[in-house]
Amino acid sequence: MHKDMSYGAVMGRKNEIMKKALGMDYARYEETPLAFDYEAMMKDVGITLEEAVVIQREAAVGNTPLIEAKNLTALARKLSPEGYGAQILIKDEAANPSGSFKDRRASLAVHMAKKLGYKGVVTATSGNYGAAVASQAARYGLQCIVVQECYDSRGEGQPEILEKQRKCEALGAEVIQLTVGPELFYTFLKILEETEYFNASLYSAYGIRGVETLGLEIAEEVRRRYGKDPDVVLATHAGGGNLTGTARGLQAAGAWNTKVVGVSVDLSGLHMASDVDFNKKSFTTGHTGFGIPFAAYPDRSDVPRSAARALRYMDEYYLVKQGEVFYMTEALAQLEGMERGPAGNTSLTAAFALARTLKSTDILVVQETEYTGAGKHPLAQLAFARDHGITVGFGNPEEEIPGKSIILPASPELIGLRPQDLESLRRSLIKNLVTQRQVTQVTARDLEFLQEETRGSEEFVVKTLEELGIPVCAEDAKRG
Amino acid sequence: MVKSDTWVEIREIILRPEERTGNLPPETQRVPLEMRLKGFLLKEARLGEQVEIRTLTGRRVTGTLTRENPTYDYGYGKEFIPELLEIGITLRALLEDEHA
Repeated sequence: MHKDMSYGAVMGRKNEIMKKALGMDYARYEETPLAFDYEAMMKDVGITLEEAVVIQREAAVGNTPLIEAKNLTALARKLSPEGYGAQILIKDEAANPSGSFKDRRASLAVHMAKKLGYKGVVTATSGNYGAAVASQAARYGLQCIVVQECYDSRGEGQPEILEKQRKCEALGAEVIQLTVGPELFYTFLKILEETEYFNASLYSAYGIRGVETLGLEIAEEVRRRYGKDPDVVLATHAGGGNLTGTARGLQAAGAWNTKVVGVSVDLSGLHMASDVDFNKKSFTTGHTGFGIPFAAYPDRSDVPRSAARALRYMDEYYLVKQGEVFYMTEALAQLEGMERGPAGNTSLTAAFALARTLKSTDILVVQETEYTGAGKHPLAQLAFARDHGITVGFGNPEEEIPGKSIILPASPELIGLRPQDLESLRRSLIKNLVTQRQVTQVTARDLEFLQEETRGSEEFVVKTLEELGIPVCAEDAKRG
Repeated sequence: MVKSDTWVEIREIILRPEERTGNLPPETQRVPLEMRLKGFLLKEARLGEQVEIRTLTGRRVTGTLTRENPTYDYGYGKEFIPELLEIGITLRALLEDEHA
C-alpha cells in the first residue's frame, strides 16, 4: 500500500519520522507540557567535550588559528579616546575543511550517524552547514542529501546561495534545490522517510556539543597567550547554535566572566518567506530574519526541542547593517590580508565598533570567519543588489533600508552598534513557549524552566505570565 | 535529444499554489513550490519532456528535463564595484603613520 504523501499527511507523520531519523527520543526530556530538561538532553549526547575534541581532530576539524588583528585594532584605537580600543582577535574558522565553523557541528552529527548505523545524512540548510555535512559525510563514507532554498519563482538565485549549492555538490552531496517557502520542511520530511537517513540537524544536541570546542579553544588560547580570559566574545547570531555552543564551551573552560555578545545583520522589513524579497537581501544567514525569531522561539527548528537556545547565553545583542559588513569584509582583506566572508564577518563588524568603547587592555574575540570566493564575495553581492534596483554607495549606514539601499560607511567611525532589547525578546520567548505548547497554567517547575530559558528573575517571569493571563498553580508552586 | 546516462537537471512542482500552506505572503502563495534536482538520465529524451533520473544517492525521481550537463553560471558579479576599491585605499592611508 502506498503511503499518503500529501502535505497534510506527511506533516502529520512528523514525530514518527523524526524519531527514526534522530536516533534520540526527545519525549524522555519532557517534564511538563511546557518544561523539558535541557541539560539532561545535552548530557545524553554521549560524547563529552573532551571526546568531541578527539573526534574533531580525527576529522581535521577545529584547532584553528586565533589571529591578532593588529591593523584593525590600530585603526579602532586611532578612532578612540586615549586608552580605549580593545585588542581584536579573530578565530579563523575558514581553516576548517569545508571553510567554516559549521564543520564542528557537522563532525559530531555525522560521527553519530555513522556510529548508529545510518547509511546517509540529510540536512535542510541554505547556509555553510550543507557543505560541512557533505564534507564530513565524505570523510565517513556516508551518503549526503542537502535540502536547500535556492531560487525565487523565476528561477533566479542569490549568488551566495548558488555558491553554497555548488560547494555541497563539489563535496559529493545530492542537493535538492527548492523555490522560496517554509514548506521546505515537508520535502525534508519526505526525504527522511524515503531514505531512512539520519537527520543531521543544526539544532540537535550533537550539533551544539560540536561548537562547544570553539569556546573551549578560545578560552584556553587567550589564557595561554594573555594570562587572562577574553573580556568579550562576539558570535554571529542566526539560529542560535553558534552562540549557544561557543558560550557553553567558554563556561566549560570556566570563563564565566567573559561576556557573550550576539550580532545579526539588520534585514528588518524583508519577509523571509516572500518570493519577491528573497533576492533583495545580500545576506542569506546571520541576519535578523533568523536571529530574532529563533531567539524568541528556538523550537521552530527541525527537531522537537532545539539545543540552540541563545537567550540562555546572550549577554548583549547588536545589529549591524549590510553595508557595514561589506565594508569590514574589505577592511579585513586590505588591512589584515585575510579575504574572508562576507556573512562570517557580521560579528567582526560589531567587534570593530565595540572595541572603540572598551579599554585598550581588554581582549575581544571574533569567534569565526568563513571562506569566500565567487558568489560569496562582496563584489558578487553588491553587483547582484545593484542589478535588482538596490542603490549601493557611500553614506551614513544608519540610513540604510534593507531591500532598497546598501550604504557603505563614508568613514569607519560611522560603523554603529545597535543594541537590541533583550528583555523584550525574553518576554516574547515566554509568550511563544506558552502559546506553542498550549499551556493555560504553569507549575513550579515551569517557572524554574522559564527562568532558565530567559535568565530572568522569578518576578520577571511571573509578571510576564500575569500579563499573558497565565496563572501560576499555587499548590504546585508551594511544593516546588 | 539527450542521451541516457547524461548528467542532467530536472524540474518538478512539489506543491501547486492551492496546496501550499497558509501564512504565506501573497506573492509566494500564488506561485508553486518547485524543485530542481540533478542526476543521470535513465532514458533518452528531449528537453521539456517528463523523464526519470537516478540521483547521486541512487534515488529515482521524475520531472521535466530542463538542462543537459548543467553548469554553474554565477561569478563575481556582472559589473565591478569600484567603491570597494576605495575602502582599502582610504583605510591604508589612515594607518600610514603606523607603518612608517
